[in-house]
Amino acid sequence: MTDLFRKQQAMRQMRRAAMQRGVIAVLDVGTSKVACLILRFDGPERNREMDGVGPMAGQSSFRVIGAATTRSRGVRFGEISAMQETERAVRTALQAAQKMAQMRVDHVIACFSGGGPRSYGMAGDIGIENVAVGEPDIARVLAACDVPDIGTGREVLHAQPVNFTLDHMTGLSDPRGQIGNRLSCDMHLLSVDEAVIGNLIHCIRRCDLELAGIASSAYVSGVSSLVEDEQELGAACIDLGGGATGVSIFIRKHMIYADSVRMGGDHVTADISKGLQVPMAVAERIKTFYGGVVATGLDDREMIEIGGDSGDWERDRRSVSRTELIGIMRPRVEEILEEVRARLDAAGFDHLPSQQVVLTGGGSQIPGLDGLAARVLGQQVRLGRPLRVQGLPQAATGPAFSSAVGLSLFAAHPQDEFWDFEAPADRYPVRSLRRAVRWFRDNW
Amino acid sequence: MQPLTGQHRGHAGQTGAAPARRDPAPSRIAYRLHRLWLTPLFRALLRVGLPAFALVFALGAVFSDAERRAQVVGVWQDLRDAVEARPEFQVTRMEVRGASPTVEAAMHALGPQAFPVSSFHLDLAGLRAEFEALDAVARADLQLRAGGLLDVRIAEREPAIVWRSREGLELLDAEGFRIARLRSRAARADLPLIGGDGADAAVPEALALIAAAAPLGARVIGLTRMGERRWDLVLDRDQRVMLPEREPIAALERVIVQTQTQELLERDVEAVDMRNPARPTVRLSQQALSELRRIRALEQGARNR
Repeated sequence: MTDLFRKQQAMRQMRRAAMQRGVIAVLDVGTSKVACLILRFDGPERNREMDGVGPMAGQSSFRVIGAATTRSRGVRFGEISAMQETERAVRTALQAAQKMAQMRVDHVIACFSGGGPRSYGMAGDIGIENVAVGEPDIARVLAACDVPDIGTGREVLHAQPVNFTLDHMTGLSDPRGQIGNRLSCDMHLLSVDEAVIGNLIHCIRRCDLELAGIASSAYVSGVSSLVEDEQELGAACIDLGGGATGVSIFIRKHMIYADSVRMGGDHVTADISKGLQVPMAVAERIKTFYGGVVATGLDDREMIEIGGDSGDWERDRRSVSRTELIGIMRPRVEEILEEVRARLDAAGFDHLPSQQVVLTGGGSQIPGLDGLAARVLGQQVRLGRPLRVQGLPQAATGPAFSSAVGLSLFAAHPQDEFWDFEAPADRYPVRSLRRAVRWFRDNW
Repeated sequence: MQPLTGQHRGHAGQTGAAPARRDPAPSRIAYRLHRLWLTPLFRALLRVGLPAFALVFALGAVFSDAERRAQVVGVWQDLRDAVEARPEFQVTRMEVRGASPTVEAAMHALGPQAFPVSSFHLDLAGLRAEFEALDAVARADLQLRAGGLLDVRIAEREPAIVWRSREGLELLDAEGFRIARLRSRAARADLPLIGGDGADAAVPEALALIAAAAPLGARVIGLTRMGERRWDLVLDRDQRVMLPEREPIAALERVIVQTQTQELLERDVEAVDMRNPARPTVRLSQQALSELRRIRALEQGARNR
């Protein structure tokens, strides 16, 4: 865990350096697209009073000065499968964004959806040495959390303290300075496949960039598309991406669970392609133009030219009704939602006080999805769009960009993680020296 | 039948699907160059540093050849000369006003010799200093006038007194400033004469004394500075009035009053010593003294008889 600790601390250092320079790029490496935003930080929020924009989530402290998106290459299920291709996609997006920003960026914060994220709850418990809780106590209690066996080949992506308990008082978000005897904490740990992270890091290195942070896209899209009370009262964010669907559960402004379903919009497209015997590109186009999940009587009469390029007249003049298309799409969407439902049940989502479900991501644009999702996931379903941030182009305000926008918020105000605190003192030999002194005093 | 060399069909159909948006990935080198180009330092270097370097390099290359350098300097000099030689800047004559003929001749000798001369080559301040260095000139005003005229206005020093110094006769103005050498006293018989070392330092006083001595008329020969501190009024018949260092005019006026009332200076007196105002003394000539003694002896003899 120390190795990871050091790596993550180095990334935080890098982020601080980027803040000092005032410009940082966020990169969402998705299965269907790679999006890159370049943020400029102008220091503390300046125009808060004037335009009536509150600090909200710190999104008024930065401005998007460059945005670019490109078709993703070589990414499957949110994981890099062809390094060269992905590198090319990252380069394309970054160069276009740099061109728009007229500025060079060296630091990048990335997110990805794959890697099979797995959540663990951890608890730690210590006695307070001094009367009041100090920063070293926090570090100690975090270090005292029993590390679960995350398995070989797994890496910790997030380790966020979500709750502190001081004696009998629980639900503290910041116990520093309070007086008590026993401090315990709950920590949420998210692990992903080590190889996936390694590939992403390597890919970004190959683009001459420094990685200043890495996040799970399920988490960051929840940050951007859940509104404040949803985050507070408990909500699940479902990010219907291209190759993977991210699920994250928030309560009291902390993520307590994240998972992903390795199915997404690309699978719907593949179904259409197979069902209608058309190329993937045509299937994608049909899906985005005519797709839906709830068929009506009118849809029987709406015929869609699907064409072909075979030279065979019979084949090239094919057409299908929209009902048929919906008939292909709906089972797959239902399957995805069922899978999400299973994940939410496993996480104990039913026990949360509020069971709001927010659908976001590119896949949430399917017409009628909210009605279908309400049947599967419960009544409180809405479609979520990312928070509006300054300078974001209109084209990048759709739900497909919720993880990119969330990553910008993450860049501006990262959640305190385990590695943001100094390593506890018992890692140092000072402790053993003190013990030796005490031994001398006791025995002489 | 499909042609074997037919055009390549992309995966997008011609009817249904739009052709895939062109989205070429930059090559690694293009990406790096673009990033380099966006680096502020590099940009500044390329946009300012490189042209500046090229300019300096080009100038250096051109001027490294001595012949070319000389050529450029020559062209510049020719241009300069052409401008200076324009008739608008030519000075053709010098006119001196307010000077006596001798001074005017000296000025013409001192001033620019070869007319016409360009006004760029004329150092008016230097010329003025040169003119004012002449003893006879109090002030010189130089002005370049239209038509190539160098107008010199001179204020000459007014000779007020003649000083017979150890070197010879010299003309002084009212402040005692030397104007010129005088060949003979007769040349300026109208001016009073002073003599003695350091007399030129007290010319105003001398002039006042001479004005005060006006009642003595032509009998006054001049003033002599004694010991560089006081004056002697020298009259004809080798008479002297020895004046005190302080308030000599009052002393002289006393002598003049005595002369007018008691004919003091008409008598056979060698000197009237007024150096101590409280005790004026008269020195008789040798002959007068013996005559006086004889008369006194006679008077005494008559009484004794």
